[in-house]
Amino acid sequence: MAVVTAMKTKREKRFRLTYRQAESLTGFVMAAPWILGFLFFVAGPMIASLYLAMTRWDIFTAPKFLGLENFEVLLTDDNLFWKSFRVTTLYAVFSVPLQIAVGLGLAQLLNQKIRLLGMFRSIYYLPSVLSGVSIAIMFRWIFGTQYGLLNTVLGMLGIEKVSWLGNPNIVLISFILMSIWGSGANMLIYLGALQGVPTELYEAAEVDGAGSFRKFFKITVPMITPVIFFTLINGIIVSLQEFQTPFILTDGGPADSSLFIVLYLYRNAFQWFKMGYASAIAWIIFVYVLVLSILVIRSSQAWVYYEGSLRGRGG
Amino acid sequence: MTTLPMPNRRRTDAVQKLIIYAVLVAGAVIVLFPFLWTFSTSLKTPEQVYQIPPQLIPDPIAPENYSRVVTDRPFGRWMLNSLFVVVVSTVGTLLSCSLAAFAFSRLRWPGRDKLFLVLLATMMLPTQVTLIPTFILFKELGWVNTYFPLALPAWFARNAFYVFLLRQFFMTIPLDLDDAARMDGANNFQVYWRIILPMSKPALGVAALMFAQFKWREFLAPLIYLNRRESLLASIGLRTFMDETHGTDWELMMAANIMFMVPVVVVFFFTQRYMIQGVVISGVKG
Repeated sequence: MAVVTAMKTKREKRFRLTYRQAESLTGFVMAAPWILGFLFFVAGPMIASLYLAMTRWDIFTAPKFLGLENFEVLLTDDNLFWKSFRVTTLYAVFSVPLQIAVGLGLAQLLNQKIRLLGMFRSIYYLPSVLSGVSIAIMFRWIFGTQYGLLNTVLGMLGIEKVSWLGNPNIVLISFILMSIWGSGANMLIYLGALQGVPTELYEAAEVDGAGSFRKFFKITVPMITPVIFFTLINGIIVSLQEFQTPFILTDGGPADSSLFIVLYLYRNAFQWFKMGYASAIAWIIFVYVLVLSILVIRSSQAWVYYEGSLRGRGG
Repeated sequence: MTTLPMPNRRRTDAVQKLIIYAVLVAGAVIVLFPFLWTFSTSLKTPEQVYQIPPQLIPDPIAPENYSRVVTDRPFGRWMLNSLFVVVVSTVGTLLSCSLAAFAFSRLRWPGRDKLFLVLLATMMLPTQVTLIPTFILFKELGWVNTYFPLALPAWFARNAFYVFLLRQFFMTIPLDLDDAARMDGANNFQVYWRIILPMSKPALGVAALMFAQFKWREFLAPLIYLNRRESLLASIGLRTFMDETHGTDWELMMAANIMFMVPVVVVFFFTQRYMIQGVVISGVKG
């Protein structure tokens, strides 16, 4: 009897608590698709991938456990891997800052009383809307040695034909040029940020006699460092994972001089069926992205200005 | 500069403006000319393609390239396949991400904040880390050469960025609205469906546009999951015009490329205000 009343009051209590509990329950239910997706498409595969990275596996026969051998081979005995690592790093080192600089320059030009602002903004953003396969295919034609647009235009200026995609020493420059052509996404983000910089700051600087350059480097750039920081991190992540551009433009050639690291991963996994080895490459990419991101985040305390904080420049 | 007398200053201002316009126009030409060139090539005969010096406006024009793209190859079919995948996965993304965004922004439940950190972390995760096991999973399920691997993850909010984007927007809607609705007897699902979603149409629009655009040009996943000729997506189908042994049919490939780009450009043209807003939000608040 006592037990029954205890249960009864417990149940009543539970019913009284119902509102909070119902909210919790609904919260879980509504987040459930994401939670399931996270478990099945992110967390699960990550664990599996870590295991696979320690095996030799061709899909058809059972995986063979190797321990850290894949990583050892990759880091000490695989010239092609190091080549792809160097190619990708070089590309990122040049294309990311250049995209930021060009994007910032364009944004600064557009952030004035300018006619047709909307038109220019849309034009510059267009490559980012279309980026990917289309652009890569377009540039394969533009970079052509004999009939390409670029060499035709240069020819009119009396410059000799350049083998944009056929010369191992030039091919990466072509990739970087092409990436600068797509700086419009950064421009758009900076333009949004520039419009948030209080005009009083510029007025005050003018009273102090600062010229355009001083204003740009002492006010504009520091004030929008948070978005520069964002585009820097994002740029690093994206450029280290570059795949379709080299895949379409050069397929890694000539002589593997544009063998980006994800392209090398793709070959290992889906052409040579070295799933274990490819998984190890994936983890190296992951760690590399992580390390670079952490370095940038660490450094951000020195150069990113957050409003209302005392850290950083100008705080 | 401030020491200059007024008329002079006006003149330097005018010169400055002129330089700015010159740079802007030059930049616009550099951006647009490749598209123009692509379009021009798409209207050339094979002989004109290899003509030196090249003609910008082909004479005669060869519009039949466009019909050949859909008759020589199933490019029309590939475009429809892409459209199908884009529509199905965009609907899935909007539903699953807005549900999660609602749970993360307007409901209190244990573990919520920790899980949100996990969600943010997944946004930074390079896709390669999950690529191979996910491929194996779908292969074991017998879903290679189906559209499940391309569309299904979207229904489970696989692109967590959109949860983040929608959550940012939901947080700007006053909680009083939810409370008022609950007073009238609405449950949480009704609050989500009848109040928050209708109020978030602009944000949902931005998310839909950004995701659809991303999905339309997705490359690696369709490349590894689809290999039957008629079931390809347009992004992969474009590649079939590249032929190392017989030489590329540039005029056909460029015609196909234009066909592939036009829907995106048209949508962008009519919705650019929202799309631009989306990019700015993701940059400023990301």
